[in-house]
Amino acid sequence: MSTASASDNRRKAPAGERVADWADGRLGIYSLAKANMRKIFPDHWSFMLGEVCLYSFVIIILTGVYLTMFFHPSMNEVVYHGSYTPLQGVQMSEAFRSTLNISFDVRGGLLIRQIHHWAALIFLAGMFVHMMRVFFTGAFRKPREVNWLFGFLLFVLGMFTGFTGYSLPDDLLSGTGVRFMEGAILSVPIVGTYISMFLFGGEFPGSDFVPRFFSIHVLLLPGIMLGLLVAHLILVFYHKHTQFPGPGKKNENVVGMPLLPVYMAKAGGFFFLVFGVIAAIAAIATINPIWAMGPYRPDQVSTGAQPDWYMGFAEGLIRVMPGWEINVWGHTFVLGVFIPLVIFPLVLGAIAVYPFIESWVTGDKREHHLLDRPRNAPTRTAFGAAWIAAYFVMLVGGGNDLWATHFHLSINAITWFVRVGFFVVPVLTFIATKRICLGLQRRDKDKVLHGRETGIIKRLPHGEFIEVHEPLSQDQLHTLTSHEQPKPLELEPEVDENGVARKASATQRLRVKLSKGYYGEGNQIPKPTVQEYEEITSGHGHH
Amino acid sequence: MSSQDIPEETLPSAQGAHEGAVATAGDPFADPGLPPHEHRIQDIDEQAARRSERVVAMLFTLSMLATVGFIASYVTLPVDKNIYVFPIGHISALNFALGLTLGVALFCIGAGAVHWARTLMSDVEVADDRHPIEASPEVKAKVMDDFRQGAEESGLGRRKLIRNTMFGALALLPLSAVVLFRDLGPLPGTKLRKTAWSEGKMLINQNTMQPLRPEDVQVGSLTFAMPEGMKEEDHDFQQEIAKAALMIVRLRPENIKDKRSLDWSADGIVAYSKICTHVGCPISLYEQQTHHVLCPCHQSTFDLSDGGRVIFGPAGHALPQLRIKVNDKGYLEAMGDFSEPVGPAFWERG
Amino acid sequence: MKKLSARRRHPLAAVVVLLFALAVTGGLYAAFAPADTAKADDSAQSLAIEEGKKLYSVGCASCHGTGGQGTSDGPSLIGVGAAAVDFQVATGRMPLQQQGAQAPRKKVIYSQAEIDQLGAYIASLGAGPAVPSKSQYSPDGADIAKGGELFRTNCAQCHNFTGKGGALSNGKYAPTLEGVKPKHIYEAMQTGPQNMPSFPDTTMSEKNKKDIIAYLGEVNSDKTKSPGGLELGGLGPVSEGLFAWIFGLGALVAVAIWVAARTAKAKKS
Repeated sequence: MSTASASDNRRKAPAGERVADWADGRLGIYSLAKANMRKIFPDHWSFMLGEVCLYSFVIIILTGVYLTMFFHPSMNEVVYHGSYTPLQGVQMSEAFRSTLNISFDVRGGLLIRQIHHWAALIFLAGMFVHMMRVFFTGAFRKPREVNWLFGFLLFVLGMFTGFTGYSLPDDLLSGTGVRFMEGAILSVPIVGTYISMFLFGGEFPGSDFVPRFFSIHVLLLPGIMLGLLVAHLILVFYHKHTQFPGPGKKNENVVGMPLLPVYMAKAGGFFFLVFGVIAAIAAIATINPIWAMGPYRPDQVSTGAQPDWYMGFAEGLIRVMPGWEINVWGHTFVLGVFIPLVIFPLVLGAIAVYPFIESWVTGDKREHHLLDRPRNAPTRTAFGAAWIAAYFVMLVGGGNDLWATHFHLSINAITWFVRVGFFVVPVLTFIATKRICLGLQRRDKDKVLHGRETGIIKRLPHGEFIEVHEPLSQDQLHTLTSHEQPKPLELEPEVDENGVARKASATQRLRVKLSKGYYGEGNQIPKPTVQEYEEITSGHGHH
Repeated sequence: MSSQDIPEETLPSAQGAHEGAVATAGDPFADPGLPPHEHRIQDIDEQAARRSERVVAMLFTLSMLATVGFIASYVTLPVDKNIYVFPIGHISALNFALGLTLGVALFCIGAGAVHWARTLMSDVEVADDRHPIEASPEVKAKVMDDFRQGAEESGLGRRKLIRNTMFGALALLPLSAVVLFRDLGPLPGTKLRKTAWSEGKMLINQNTMQPLRPEDVQVGSLTFAMPEGMKEEDHDFQQEIAKAALMIVRLRPENIKDKRSLDWSADGIVAYSKICTHVGCPISLYEQQTHHVLCPCHQSTFDLSDGGRVIFGPAGHALPQLRIKVNDKGYLEAMGDFSEPVGPAFWERG
Repeated sequence: MKKLSARRRHPLAAVVVLLFALAVTGGLYAAFAPADTAKADDSAQSLAIEEGKKLYSVGCASCHGTGGQGTSDGPSLIGVGAAAVDFQVATGRMPLQQQGAQAPRKKVIYSQAEIDQLGAYIASLGAGPAVPSKSQYSPDGADIAKGGELFRTNCAQCHNFTGKGGALSNGKYAPTLEGVKPKHIYEAMQTGPQNMPSFPDTTMSEKNKKDIIAYLGEVNSDKTKSPGGLELGGLGPVSEGLFAWIFGLGALVAVAIWVAARTAKAKKS
């Protein structure tokens, strides 16, 4: 088929088409385009959060490449004689000096540095919010669990790429962060001192960590992230995007506008919008002014020593942990540092494995392409809110000194609040969120059965005042009632049909119990039935 | 192709009932199907469409102007010129000009493209079918057959010797990569236990770089010291100061609660390690009335009047104290190295 | 506010304040009011002490004791010197409004002449650091870079890299150094007010102190350059993170809402 049409077109095909033909003959682009050119994407602002991340990643790569041309990843000690007077004649590492040069002597260097760093903060914030959007709408369910994990890994790797990145200028603040990292590594039982010596090429700080972090920051981690990102995007294309329920939107279809031209223009345009906003921020607000912090020296420090926000959670854990230390058999268990080091991945991991836990508990193995409204999955929503609460309590802990000075509180009191709050606040949040979800479900039910409150007060002939309720359209009725309400799992009868007793296993009983927590009585408001609706609407019309 | 090219008479017909309406009379909650497409102003009013076109073109033009402005700023503004911009402050003129022009140049391209898409490209929503991701049973059966055949033909299951030695070889190979990392750094040895302090080394004031006399240090003052003979230019200065940094305060002898601490002081002058025992920040937020020092990183609080005991925060053990005395010439000097490792705890610390 | 603090730091500001104070209290004290005239004749000195004692017994004695010996409510002032009095009273920290974790900086209620009298009285109780002269604290000719190193070694741990302040234990704090006069910075280093340790000349030379004052003038004044743009409080990553979330992500979400929103439909009525 292709040969026939190609020979027909050979005489007069326009140049573009001939190039496309050439490429198709080698790459098969026409088949690729057939499947994807008019691919449908649903429209919703929250579906663009992932794009924010993608584009800020691209911006970080572009600006990062520029920065490598001027940055010297070396810890050789030099004396500064550049254009920033308050550091004239001060001894510093070459890494720090070249960062000063980028900031003060390379035209536009400061702008690119600030775009790079602002984009990094926004990248991580974007990933966090994107992850929460996916979580609260249940978009992680089959078939997207693997993509959820890819996204999670991108978030974690992004954190470490950020950490290695802000350590590179070798300024007083980042050096303090690296010192913290060394202390944390030393706390690891048995191998801690060895890892520390190997990482720093000897004793801290040594003269190796900047070049080593440099290759990790510009090569190793971004390389892995790029791979994961491509896989993440391919899976998004392959699975097709999820959509919110609504008229005409089914689990078997996807409703929206085609990639070409609408999404090409919208998504392509959005890249420029994101880049433009970040460039404007970099013009207006300074970030990480390393010249004000000075070069790193292990015997100097500043108050308010915090990491970038995405590490604030770990900082909080380490700040509020009591100083437990056990000495036995000539060895030291540095629990005060090691426990936070273990809790950190555990808390992050809790959100990563959630999709698998939920599908095990509910026993739901079907594909889901329609999103849940968060209120219709109260237990999941409450769990997510509790997780965020724990995260934010720790962020408060990580900034306890600034909370103290800006709200005139005692740092000790805040630390105690966070110590207790880490356990209590998530529980309270869980309970409150669940109640709010159930309340919203009740409101939906009222709306379906009694219509929308119009605010119009009418006086009936016999003197009674009523508020007119306007019945919902069928579109709205469908949207509010289309969600599923599964029944909780039941334990199989203790005695089978032949009268033989069989004991349910402990995991089975746990599963049934958790399932009740998801779908049992009091954990979801039964949605209105057609009978209920008809009884009411056929009656007096108002209630 | 945008929707204004659609002949006017075809438009209203699309506005009929829901597509594929499945609503049955009996079910008020049934899916009514996709709502009918409604036209935008630009779809029916050519004037409005032309207005949109002009807005898009204007945005793209604005972007071009901003790029010209970017290049002009780059060429004309000196890199060290500072200007006052309310309410931002005294900022670099170049950074501000480059950032804003770049921001506008980028933003306008994006805004133009999006405005174009939103107002002039078709906004008809289309439904596309999804196909199950799982393969059909026939496909699965075929794949399983192929795999079984392949496995059979390889003989991997039958020839155990080949299989086991291959796994052995593959498992062993990465070890060479592990071995290669050995030279990343030296073994810990006793490096974390020793500092630059030793018997007879004088305490050098880090501000004046002169040896400290006891009368220099007053009650309530705070001084930082390093061992005699250490220079900032030394190649190992950073490693050594990371362990040797010292904090000198003077207490009234009657205020020193810890007996050993009193013995190790000279005329009430106590010398403590400046390196926090939590994770190694230079701790030095000394509150002279309470004799507490606080760590600025994680708020561990130590009581210098009580042997450097931890009284709050995540640190696990007391600050090490350096034993000092006044030498014959009237200077403060160390009576040896710290008796325990300074800085963060580690497995071998014991 | 910025304007005001700029004027207050003007070299002539102290003189203006002084002249104003003199007009109020009468020409009698004109001869011995300036801090520099330490060599004023004995009779003038004793007059100042006498006046200072009167002010002391009205404003300070209830906490610090009638003879400055201290009570349970306030420390002894014997030997703290005129510099300590000048710092505490001229920054408004004393007299104390209420007992708390720490005396905050507030409105100054004594005139400079009265403060000098108070200082003279306290200095007469026991020798202590005198109020520094302008040549001691003026940053002219000081080494800014050396001041930066000294600041990072001695001061930044409590007051932050550029003197924005920070938290101490149990509600105490190291105040921001923004808008603090060089004289008061010098006095604070000299005397160690409240929980701040002192940095006497024996361990931190006069030259060192000048360098530190010069560094602060460079990095923490209303003329300080922040080439990159808004300083965001100079507090480091916490305020940067907040800014990135609220303005960065906030702006991008607003843009995303615009991109994804439906275009206005033509309403056919």
